[in-house]
Amino acid sequence: MLQYALQRIAWLIPTLLAMALVTFIIMHATPGSPLDPQAPNANPLSPELQRNLAEKYGLDKPLYIQFFTFLKNVVRLDFGFSYIYKTRSVSEIIAGTFPISLQLGIMAFVFATVVGVTLGTLAAVHQNSWIDYLCVFLATMGVSLPNFVTGILLIVLFAITLGVLPVSGWDSPRNWILPTLTLGLPELGIIARYTRASVLEVVRADYTRTARAKGVAQRAVIIRHVLKNALIPVVTYLGPLLAAIGTGSFFVELIYSIPGMGKFFVLSMSGRDYNMIMAVILLYGAFLGVMNLVVDLAYGLLDPRIKYG
Amino acid sequence: MRETLAPIPPAGQPVEARAPSLRRLHRQTGFWHDALRRLLRNRLAVVGAVMVATILLVAATADILTPYPYAKTNFAHGYESPNARYPLGTDPLGRDLLSRMIYGARISMIVGVGSQVLVILIGVPIGAMAGYFGGRLDLYLMRVVDVMYAFPTLLFVILIMSALGAGLFNIFLAIGVTGWVTLCRLTRGQFLALREQEFIMGARAVGATSWQVILRHLLPNALAPIIIAVTFGVPRAIFTEAALSFIGVGINPPLPSWGGMVGEYQPYLRSYWYMATFPAVAIGLTMLSFSFLGDGLRDALDPTLRR
Repeated sequence: MLQYALQRIAWLIPTLLAMALVTFIIMHATPGSPLDPQAPNANPLSPELQRNLAEKYGLDKPLYIQFFTFLKNVVRLDFGFSYIYKTRSVSEIIAGTFPISLQLGIMAFVFATVVGVTLGTLAAVHQNSWIDYLCVFLATMGVSLPNFVTGILLIVLFAITLGVLPVSGWDSPRNWILPTLTLGLPELGIIARYTRASVLEVVRADYTRTARAKGVAQRAVIIRHVLKNALIPVVTYLGPLLAAIGTGSFFVELIYSIPGMGKFFVLSMSGRDYNMIMAVILLYGAFLGVMNLVVDLAYGLLDPRIKYG
Repeated sequence: MRETLAPIPPAGQPVEARAPSLRRLHRQTGFWHDALRRLLRNRLAVVGAVMVATILLVAATADILTPYPYAKTNFAHGYESPNARYPLGTDPLGRDLLSRMIYGARISMIVGVGSQVLVILIGVPIGAMAGYFGGRLDLYLMRVVDVMYAFPTLLFVILIMSALGAGLFNIFLAIGVTGWVTLCRLTRGQFLALREQEFIMGARAVGATSWQVILRHLLPNALAPIIIAVTFGVPRAIFTEAALSFIGVGINPPLPSWGGMVGEYQPYLRSYWYMATFPAVAIGLTMLSFSFLGDGLRDALDPTLRR
C-alpha cells in the first residue's frame, strides 16, 4: 500500500508537467498579451515601453526558453511576479488567499457530505416517502441553480429580510455560514442523489439480506453493511469535489466579498496574467491528483477486496 | 447506458392492429405518440414545458410587451422600488427593470437555443462520421474529444471570450466550440450500437448508399437521446451566458442579460435587494423548467433509464 501510494505520488510529476505544457501552449496561442492595458478602452503602452517590459519579464525570449525558465523556477515554488498585481509575487498572493478558499471549501465539503449522505440514505431506505421527494427536489435544484443565483437568494432571505446573518465579509464565523451554504448546497443535492442510487442497489444485495436474517438491527445493517459498500461511488465524486471547491469559487467570493483565490481563475485568464494562470492551474492539478490518490486509498478501506499492487 | 438504447416501444405497451402497407410509418409515429403520452402523464415535465413555452413566448413578443425601451435612461426616476409606473422598479440609471427583464428573456433564449443549433451542427456530423466509418477516423476524432473533455469548460469559455471580446456572436462561438463534444460522443455511441443491427444490414442489402443509411436510417433512430441532450444543453448554455455576462465578458451593455443584470446590480443588494433578485429568480426558474422538461423527456423517450 505504501509502495503504491509513493508510486502514485511520483506519477504526479509527469502529469503536472503535461498539464503545465498544455496550459502554456494554449495560453500563448490565445491572442493578447499581459502587456495589453487591463482597463477596457485604455490607451496601449508605447512600442518601446512594451519592448522594454517584455525584455524585463523575459517575454521576448523564444517560447521553449520561457517554458524552461518557468520550470527551473517552479521547482523552488517561484512562479514569478503577477502581471496584474505588479508589485507582488504570485506565490505570495496564493499563500495569502488559498488558506481562506481552502477553509471555506472544507466547510462546504463537510456540510454537503454529512447532510447529503444522510439525506440520500434516508431517501433510499424510505423510498417514495416525503424525504425521498425532498432528496430528488434538492438534487434537481442543486444541479439547475447557478451558485450566484442561490447566493443572491440566500442573502435576500437571511441577511436582508430576516436580518439574522451579515450580508458579506469574512471576519467572524457568522460571516462563514451563508457562503458555506451557497457553495455546499449544489453539491449536497448531487451527493444525496449518488448516495440514494447507490444505497438502493446495495439494500437489495444478498449480504444485506443475510445480515438482516442474522437478526442485526436495522440501524446497524444500514451503517455497517449497506453504507460501507454504498459509499464507493460517492467517494469517487467527493475526491475531485474537494479539489474543485477547495480552490475557491469566483462567484461565491465576489458575492460575499471573500478574499479567496477563486477570483484568480477568472481574472488571470481575462488579464492574461501568465504567471498566475500557470500557478492556479498547477495548484488545482496537484490538488486534484492528490485527491484522486486519496480516493483510491479510501476504496481499499471501504472494501478490503480492492487490493493494490 | 445510453449507448445500448434501442428506440423500440417497451414491452407491455399495447400494440394496435395496423394495415401492413402503413406499417413503417405507424411504427414510428407509435413511438413518438407513446413518448408524448408518457410525457403528458409527468406533472413536473408538463409544468416545465408550460414554463418553457411561456418564456419563449415572452422572448418572441418582447417588442410588444415591454413598456419602455430597455436602454432608455431616466435619471429623474433612478433607484425606484416597484410601483404603478414601473412594475419591477428602476435601476440606478433609471432604466425600467421590467423591460430589461423581458429583453433579458430574449437574450437568454437566443443564446440557449441558438448555441444548441451550432452544437448540433458541429457535434452530430462529427459523431456520425466517427460512429459510422469507425477505424482510424474514429480513433483520431475521439482523442480530440478526450482532450476537449479534460479542459474545464467554463475556464475555456472565459479564455475564448477574453480573446475574442464580448458580444452575442462570440458567445455562440465559445459555447459551440466547447459544447459539441458531449453531443458528438453521444451520436457516435448511438451509431456504433445501431450500425450492426439487422435493419441497417437490410438497408445496405437493398443498395442504400452510406448517405442514405446515415440520414434515413441511423439518424432517425438516434434522435431521442440527441433531443434529450439538447434539452439539457439549453440551460447549460443559458448558465454559461449568465456567468460570462456576470463576469463582464458576455453580452455587450446596454443589451440586457439576466446574468449581466445580477452582476451589475449585486453591489446594490443591501439597499435595493429587488434589482438583482428579479433576474436571479428568472435565471433559476428558466434553468429549473428546462431541467424538469429534460428529466421528463428522458423518462418519456427512454423508459429503460427510469429508476
